[in-house]
Amino acid sequence: MSREVMEYDVVIVGGGPSGLATAIKLKQLNKDINVCVLEKASEIGAHILSGNVFETRALDELIPNWKELNSPIKTKVTNEKFLFLGKKKYLSWPTWLLPKVQQNHKNYIISLANLCRWLAEQAEALGVEIFPGFPASEVLHNENGSVKGIATQDMGLDKEGNKKDSFEPGMELHAKVTVFAEGCRGHLGKQLIKKFNLDEGKDPQQYGIGFKEIWEINENKHEEGLVMHTAGWPLDNKTYGGSFIYHAENKQIYLGYVIGLDYKNPYLSPFDEFQRFKTHPAIKKIIEGGKRISYGARALIEGGLQSLPKMFMPGALLVGCDAGTLNMPKIKGSHTAMKSGIIAAETIFEHLRDKKDLSIYEDKFKNSWLYEELHAARNVKPSFNWGLILAIIFTGIDQILFKGKLPFTLRHKHSDHETLKPANEMPKIEYPKPDNVITFDKTSSVYLTGTNHAENQPVHLHLKNPELPIKYTLDKYDEPAQRYCPVGVYEIQLENNLPKFIINSQNCIHCKTCDIKEPSQNITWVTPEGGGGPKYGNM
Amino acid sequence: MSVLLIAEHNNNEVRPFTLNAITAASQIDQDLHVLVIGKKIDAVSKSISEIPNVKKVIAVDNEIYENYLAENFTPVIIKHSENYSHIVCSANTFGKNLMPRVAALLDTSQVSDIIKVISPDTFLRPIYAGNAFATVKSNDKKKCITIRPTSFDPAQTSGGSAEIIKAEKEEATSLTKFIKREEVKSDRPELGTARIVISGGRGMASGENFKLITAIADKLNAAIGASRAAVDAGYITNDHQVGQTGKVVVPDLYIAVGISGAIQHLAGMKESKIIVAINKDGEAPIFSVADYGLEADLFEALPQFLEELNKLNTIQK
Amino acid sequence: MKILVAVKRVIDYNVQVRVKEDGTGVVTENVKMSTNPPDDNAIEEAVKIKESGKAKEIVAITVGEDKAQETVRKALAVGADRGIHIKVDGTIEPLAVSKILQKIVDKEKPDLIFMGKQAIDDDCNQTGQMLAALLNWPQATFASKIEVKDKSLEVTREVDEGLETIEVNIPAIVTCDLRLNEPRYASLPNIMKAKKKPIEQINGSELGIDIKPRIEQIKVEEPPKRKAGIKVASVAELVQKLKNEAKVI
Repeated sequence: MSREVMEYDVVIVGGGPSGLATAIKLKQLNKDINVCVLEKASEIGAHILSGNVFETRALDELIPNWKELNSPIKTKVTNEKFLFLGKKKYLSWPTWLLPKVQQNHKNYIISLANLCRWLAEQAEALGVEIFPGFPASEVLHNENGSVKGIATQDMGLDKEGNKKDSFEPGMELHAKVTVFAEGCRGHLGKQLIKKFNLDEGKDPQQYGIGFKEIWEINENKHEEGLVMHTAGWPLDNKTYGGSFIYHAENKQIYLGYVIGLDYKNPYLSPFDEFQRFKTHPAIKKIIEGGKRISYGARALIEGGLQSLPKMFMPGALLVGCDAGTLNMPKIKGSHTAMKSGIIAAETIFEHLRDKKDLSIYEDKFKNSWLYEELHAARNVKPSFNWGLILAIIFTGIDQILFKGKLPFTLRHKHSDHETLKPANEMPKIEYPKPDNVITFDKTSSVYLTGTNHAENQPVHLHLKNPELPIKYTLDKYDEPAQRYCPVGVYEIQLENNLPKFIINSQNCIHCKTCDIKEPSQNITWVTPEGGGGPKYGNM
Repeated sequence: MSVLLIAEHNNNEVRPFTLNAITAASQIDQDLHVLVIGKKIDAVSKSISEIPNVKKVIAVDNEIYENYLAENFTPVIIKHSENYSHIVCSANTFGKNLMPRVAALLDTSQVSDIIKVISPDTFLRPIYAGNAFATVKSNDKKKCITIRPTSFDPAQTSGGSAEIIKAEKEEATSLTKFIKREEVKSDRPELGTARIVISGGRGMASGENFKLITAIADKLNAAIGASRAAVDAGYITNDHQVGQTGKVVVPDLYIAVGISGAIQHLAGMKESKIIVAINKDGEAPIFSVADYGLEADLFEALPQFLEELNKLNTIQK
Repeated sequence: MKILVAVKRVIDYNVQVRVKEDGTGVVTENVKMSTNPPDDNAIEEAVKIKESGKAKEIVAITVGEDKAQETVRKALAVGADRGIHIKVDGTIEPLAVSKILQKIVDKEKPDLIFMGKQAIDDDCNQTGQMLAALLNWPQATFASKIEVKDKSLEVTREVDEGLETIEVNIPAIVTCDLRLNEPRYASLPNIMKAKKKPIEQINGSELGIDIKPRIEQIKVEEPPKRKAGIKVASVAELVQKLKNEAKVI
């Protein structure tokens, strides 16, 4: 089938912080480079989810006068707390005893979605063409294997893949350089890493799942600018995770929870851990009397430098979380994503102008503060394999005494899909029922995300082996998809007393957790029709 | 202050929604007059005159009014509107089509689809498909209002004896021509307008089992609905889906069978007048909105339900 | 033939609307906005008629704040030829919109005017009928099928009893039901081309019409939460309650 073709100098897949930073920097370097950004969400920001305490370092470089341009970066961090939670009690950890990387007094509490909307305006003003509602579904290659561009998703196919009246074929976008900025576990990025062996010699990538709710709380409990983190309860010592509570503007707090996807117990339900966390007296008292107004979840990439793949290949670059530039001890990926985008843009600029090889991206990266940051951060996440307490002691030594300069590197040993233990070896976990005031179920949560996918389209969650969930995963792991999916896409239902695996793909919020955690890697997330998925407001 | 209500009828009998609208109209003002426009409407006019709430009936009888074309009805209504503070009718396709045409010519900003009369100029109406309620006050001298029928009880139909006045026709329209009306040939009412809806969910366990629902729907002359889960599971086609991306229904009676009550589904039916839930999980969220909940295995309860219905002498349809 | 299509920008139908705490309305900040769904059907039908050779030009028009232009831009991307944006800030009622459209009709002289049957925000269902009255044109509301004839349209309407077919003389106004057609997707090249199509901007205050709201919105609140009723012990009790207490069967 021949598709329409459009030619660009640079095509960027994904309108998040890294993709938009790449686009802006390219236009700043040479306004004649024509740049196009594709975004699968119905509008920029609608698929973005992040804490977010924002470090402005990369933005200061990219748009030094951002303060004058009515940017949505307004709430400066004014106070910080760190709590270790026990079941009922807590211990407040003095912030001066926190590693410097975990101190936030120069940072801002922002909505990353709003920042992206603003960045998109800046980009468009520079002449970048941005197309929301168009997922890139396929990588196109030249005969020599180099990346030629991407193709967008066909629109208007029915469940069986037949063309409906409204059928609109995808089109090919060819580019001199294609930049993949899809965010964590990008589905094209994943293919490219495999095809070009970009992760050769690297540790297995590590992921987490992050939840976020926005609450409007009582004025007397709200302290704009307060940043609070917790560790400990409800997770056990062996499970990596913690919470954040950021007091933003308009009486809102951003309340979230991150759990490492290397957890072992298939009965663990990250969603329910998060819900349960909110019932801790120290947390409940903040949100009591308030109202939950948003919900969302997204996988995040935690492997750091040890797992960071090579970020260049013939004809293409990876940027941001599509590669894995998040700084785990800082729990920040936005400034690093933007920095990687800036470096990518400089690389492309020189590549187009001087025919320099795209491999200069690597050198530029190694000479940047981004590398320095990731190098100093590298040992924190792996140390959590020893459990929370030892990890904290180690992190104190590593980050406070040695400032990340210990002369050895801890390794990530397993992929997250390999860590589950068989269900019969692990304890069942009974989660309390939601009270619909502080805690909620998945269906009322997904309702707040505005998620939908046009009805009657092919299911975008592919099973390599459709028999496997019932014939193997259910027996061995009690089908953990029922629990790791944050919106209940996967269900086991009895039909005539036989278990059946059900995929409610319409509910999917594009978090990619299933693609990561499924023990046999049996689930592949592919792009649905453009504009589908969540419609997050200011996540 | 008097209210003029435009009756909907089929030249033989009054359409039921008119009775609900009459209840609302008489809450605005007791001095309620009804304008009946049609062809050979003596019987209709008479039956309306027997409604106790109605103080006067104005009948405009001419063959040009056999089919209600807004273009034909509007000049009649405008002609008679002078002495009235409120012109009202039901907010179904009849009134929705007609009233704005009248309102524009009276230079009035219409208040659509009210669900409560707060005072003669202040009303409650749903916006955003019922996800918010707005209290609105009309500052127009003459008010044009449409009434959501299901929010008001039907008026009593006997005991009154209002005066019937005959009035002249106006000039017929040349703009529009009625061609035909096809009552939908389905044996079943439309989901969107049915008085009773019975819906099945994932608990039905198969498409085959929907025949249990169908049997009851036949008996009650009900429309058949479904939750998204049932549609996704392939038990029934998606034109039956009630909820966020499907339809919003507001029947008098909504029977949810084997539906847990995901919030999307609740959004699609929670405005129903009476909700019945049949589910074996006593903790299912559907029970939190049900007027009558029956905790039971639907495969036992549905046949019993049909049996009980068969025992009744009369069933309202 | 020239078709004018009116489109409105509303909160996207997938977004769960949230009532503002102070009761002044619903939250629209940082909320995904889209074209009112049946307005998409109106555009689609106009484009289909143009493709069949029966119309020459499609003009898309919207009334609203600056960002309302997005809906016109989308209409241009799926086949409208040019756009008009009447800039008005704040609340504007259907009566005022129809008066504005009347002014534009005087100038543009379209043969047909299409729009959605109802906007999913205020749920008024008025503008098309009101405009028809002001212009003294025929109206075909809730259209699920349109057949273009020589000097008239034959329109099938979705009414409570089923389907009604009427014939309306051209010029006419049609308000469109979701069942009329399946709106097409905008393709990338067409979105790009749409960026270059002209949108005429007219300031609403310059039209010499009184567009001040006549209806005061006193408060907006969340619908009352439905309370749980009773649990019945048996099917027999349920049927008895439905019959004698609720009186619904």
